[in-house]
Amino acid sequence: MRIVIIGNGISGVTAARHIRKLSDHEIIMISEEGEYFFSRTALMYIYMGHMRKEDTMPYEPYFWKKNRIQLIQDRVTKVDPEKQILSLKKGESLAFDKLILATGSTPRPHPAIPDMSAVKGVSGMYHIQDLEGLEKISSEVKRAVVVGGGLIGIELAEMLHSRGTKVTLLVRENSYWNMVLPPEESNMVTEHIKSHHIDLQCSTEMADFTIENSQIKQVNTNKGEQIPCQYLGMSIGVIANIAFLKDSGIETDRAILVNNNLQTNYKNIYAIGDSAQLKTPNPGRRNIEAVWYTGKMMGEVVAHNVIGESITYDPGIWFNSAKFMDIEYQVYGTVPAKMPEEFDSLYWQHPTLDKSIRIVYKKENEEVIGFNLMGIRYRHEVCERWLKAKNTLSEVLPRLPLANFDPEFSKVFEADLVSQYNKKFGKSLQVKESRGLSNVINYFKSFGNI
Amino acid sequence: MKNIKYIGIALFFVGFCMFHYLILGGNYKITKSSLTNAITNTVHFDAISKHIQLGSEQGLFETVSSVKSAVQNAQVDVNNNFEKLKTNNTPLPNGMGEWDYKIGDGNISGYAQSITKASIGESHLSSIKTWGLLSFLLCIVGALLWISSRFNRQPGIQNDGLFHNPLTRGITAPVRNVLLIVVGVGILVYGYLTKSTNWAIISVLIALLIAGLVFWYENKTVTKGSKSIAPNVNGYAGIALGLYLISFYVLLYWAPAYLVSATKILDPLSIALSGNPASQWFLYGFLYTVAMIVMGIRMYAKYRHDKYQLMRTGSVVFFQLTFAFLLPEILVKLNMPYHDFKNIWPLDYDFLFDWNINSLIANGTFGIFILVWGIFLAIVGVPLMTYFFGKRWYCSWVCGCGGLAETAGDPFRQMSDNSLKAWRVERYVIHGVFVAAIVMTVLVLYTFFTGNYQFLGMESYQLRSWYGFLIGAGFSGVVGTGFYPVMGNRVWCRFGCPLAGYLGIVQRFFSRYRITTNGGQCISCGNCSTYCEMGIDVRSYAQKGQDIVRSSCVGCGICSAVCPRGVLRLENSDLDIKTRTKHTSGLVIDGNGAHFNF
Ligand SMILES: Cc1cc2nc3c(=O)[nH]c(=O)nc-3n(C[C@H](O)[C@H](O)[C@H](O)COP(=O)(O)OP(=O)(O)OC[C@H]3O[C@@H](n4cnc5c(N)ncnc54)[C@H](O)[C@@H]3O)c2cc1C
Ligand code: SF4
Repeated sequence: MRIVIIGNGISGVTAARHIRKLSDHEIIMISEEGEYFFSRTALMYIYMGHMRKEDTMPYEPYFWKKNRIQLIQDRVTKVDPEKQILSLKKGESLAFDKLILATGSTPRPHPAIPDMSAVKGVSGMYHIQDLEGLEKISSEVKRAVVVGGGLIGIELAEMLHSRGTKVTLLVRENSYWNMVLPPEESNMVTEHIKSHHIDLQCSTEMADFTIENSQIKQVNTNKGEQIPCQYLGMSIGVIANIAFLKDSGIETDRAILVNNNLQTNYKNIYAIGDSAQLKTPNPGRRNIEAVWYTGKMMGEVVAHNVIGESITYDPGIWFNSAKFMDIEYQVYGTVPAKMPEEFDSLYWQHPTLDKSIRIVYKKENEEVIGFNLMGIRYRHEVCERWLKAKNTLSEVLPRLPLANFDPEFSKVFEADLVSQYNKKFGKSLQVKESRGLSNVINYFKSFGNI
Repeated sequence: MKNIKYIGIALFFVGFCMFHYLILGGNYKITKSSLTNAITNTVHFDAISKHIQLGSEQGLFETVSSVKSAVQNAQVDVNNNFEKLKTNNTPLPNGMGEWDYKIGDGNISGYAQSITKASIGESHLSSIKTWGLLSFLLCIVGALLWISSRFNRQPGIQNDGLFHNPLTRGITAPVRNVLLIVVGVGILVYGYLTKSTNWAIISVLIALLIAGLVFWYENKTVTKGSKSIAPNVNGYAGIALGLYLISFYVLLYWAPAYLVSATKILDPLSIALSGNPASQWFLYGFLYTVAMIVMGIRMYAKYRHDKYQLMRTGSVVFFQLTFAFLLPEILVKLNMPYHDFKNIWPLDYDFLFDWNINSLIANGTFGIFILVWGIFLAIVGVPLMTYFFGKRWYCSWVCGCGGLAETAGDPFRQMSDNSLKAWRVERYVIHGVFVAAIVMTVLVLYTFFTGNYQFLGMESYQLRSWYGFLIGAGFSGVVGTGFYPVMGNRVWCRFGCPLAGYLGIVQRFFSRYRITTNGGQCISCGNCSTYCEMGIDVRSYAQKGQDIVRSSCVGCGICSAVCPRGVLRLENSDLDIKTRTKHTSGLVIDGNGAHFNF
């Protein structure tokens, strides 16, 4: 059986690896971006000089040969699901028995600049080509504007800033990423970005801009400021990379529609990663989750389905992480940006450093439903265990240090959070555990989980 | 603030140039009194005086070469005389023994050094006195100002621009390999010429054997390593610095006569500490310690958000300053044997040499204590501490070589090759050196106890002198440190150190230590692998959710520090030692569907 995978991002590659682990089928992986898989999440580090492109490639070139995964660098222009044939840009066509669509996303174009490639000095930051384009003009860029207050926007701002470019970051919301982060955390990040002398302008949007000789010259904000610049970064979100599937008969909405086996309306065609949209996502989860971790999980699940085992996709407890300049961020479970009536949270923030812990719980029974960490690392397995087991605050808090994953010798702040709880509820909980692997293993042993 | 940095750089270079002008320039004049000061042996004095031209003013290089040839000529004379006396059965003068009378090969460089040092011309001597310490001071103050700009940045990862900088961006694999081969062959040829034994040939054979094993293994498996240092990187400044360091080590080990003016600067300090004038080793110890302190301060600035880094850096600097630098000198002042209490066999390869054992025993209780302590560390201390904490307790908290790598070497950690191929070479070479150290020590002890120099056709004295030359000096110094800017800061620790080999075996099989990965949080970015100074592909484990148990891991904790997603933590636990290599966390798909498993 020949399995063809379009896209060599994390989801396609994970699928290929697991199909190979499980079977001997022929695997062909096609991508237009580059021959070898690299980590998109590390794009910024290449520009900032922390790594070379080679360093962001998780597998050495021998890996593909060894695992008999054939790589083709080309663009798929058309898929014919009935005939089970793909057309490639270079002219060839390729037959498949099963097809996995892992085509990822592409930067969402601003309505005012539908074709960013036509203007010099305007781009998103998604593909390696975007980075190469920026690198090429980098020496001429003295002043830059980045539009969009999401995760890629801040990364783009940090990249430019690291090379001494003066950056203005325009964010529509009144503080950074406050549609996801609760207000305190959002403020902390906002202040932190400003402390790095990045010109972060909240509640501000790009009104229009000037282009001269098809080169960006100036951006005007809706507050009337005129910012001359040589680069305009667009990071107002991403859209699924599915234009080439138009009229193919494969059902799409914002992305490719799949059932819980990640199957499209054709039973031998699957979609995963950023380019997949679940018809019936788990309660509380979005139907498109364009993040690394879900792409990875989908890749593993689809591998089983492709070789004939029916496994439904269940991403479990939500988790994610990011880094805002120097502030690391981790989240486990549900942490709403605006607390609904039925939830509340315990929040502790370091008086001087950019560190905080937030635990979200249900008011009615104090069941813990989420952890939000800034500048502090928490242990995935411990948080997930508590969330899955629907533990309450009084069960979690005395054991909270078990979740702490900060390096040895670093200060632990869990007791501060617990005393806050005691104050708030007039209780006298004591921290009973300390952090460290042995304690965690013993804890998991105590309910027979190891 | 930027200005302070540039002022610092300027001061540093002024000091640096001044220092080199002082040690390489200046006038030298060999006089009767300089010879009397330098040579106490009357036979040697007479013989050398006969061949040396007194009185003319010369530069350093002419002086060293004229002294050297005089001593060599004197050696021929004296040794001919010795044969004559022997055939005539005439007793040696003043009841001298054979080796008091003769001039050995080893004496040549010693005399070259002492005579040159005693011949430093008056005007040069006064410039050394006036400008010498100042040049050090300028370098230190300059470096500190240079570093101080890091304190202005916010706490956090400060790796911006490392791969844009010609000093730290590395070079291509072919250039690296050429450099390595040239230096390696150079050392072997030099050894062959000066030592005139067939050990050079044996070394080549062993090297070929190891290379052969690596290639055989490469071909036997499908997984041929391929990725290596990236193309199109030309860190010319790194090559220049590497060549500078290599030259320094070559002079230090094999031509210390060229460093006499530098040692002269430090005479007052050395005399204050130990009562003796400064040797090249004192100079080396001083520079080493200063480099570690200054670059240790840089580590404080760079990693001040991570307490593990601060504790560790504090620890290595402390052990270098006290145990390695000050204490041994003070011991000498107290008429005790020079000893570094934290140095452990087989890194301290001459610890069990007959002369060392004899001198320790001769020193009485304290000497015997040193002997027992050293043996205890090697046999009990290493396995026990490594069981509890992993090899990091030594390699990145105590060791001097590790200490330099972790401080002065920090800017170059990203140069370590983390390809599979490099790992293969590493395993063969480091364990090869470990075996060589054991064989050599066994042989030396065999000779010590039986008085027999031959064992299975191997000469114990030749073997140990060749080991000292090739591994002790060539590998650990010239290649180990000279290649910092080219192959990363742990070249010696990773490929050569026999103690690291020993610690590594314990760590791999009997230790509570490992690096834990945090569930599914890894984004495969590669920072951990790039900044691993031991060239461990940390990411390959982290992205699978597999805990990292590797014999080479020195527990520096930088992977954890640079990880942008909080994935890695250095941990110890005795609850799962047997299964720790297999432990993985992440998505698992089984009969119950897909779920996270830890
Ligand atoms: C700068 C940046 C930082 C990020 N950081 C994080 C982070 O920290 N954490 C996180 O969870 N997520 C992060 N993300 C998001 C994450 O990278 C994506 O969710 C993930 O890469 C999606 O993987 P994928 O395999 O679905 O698709 P992609 O990685 O987009 O791969 C799809 C591939 O398919 C190719 N392709 C598409 N169409 C065709 C075609 N027709 N023919 C041939 N090839 C085609 C594309 O060229 C591309 O190479 C980041 C994204 C960016 C851009
Ligand atoms: S640095 Fe962290 S996130 Fe990046 S590859 Fe390593 S473990 Fe994964």
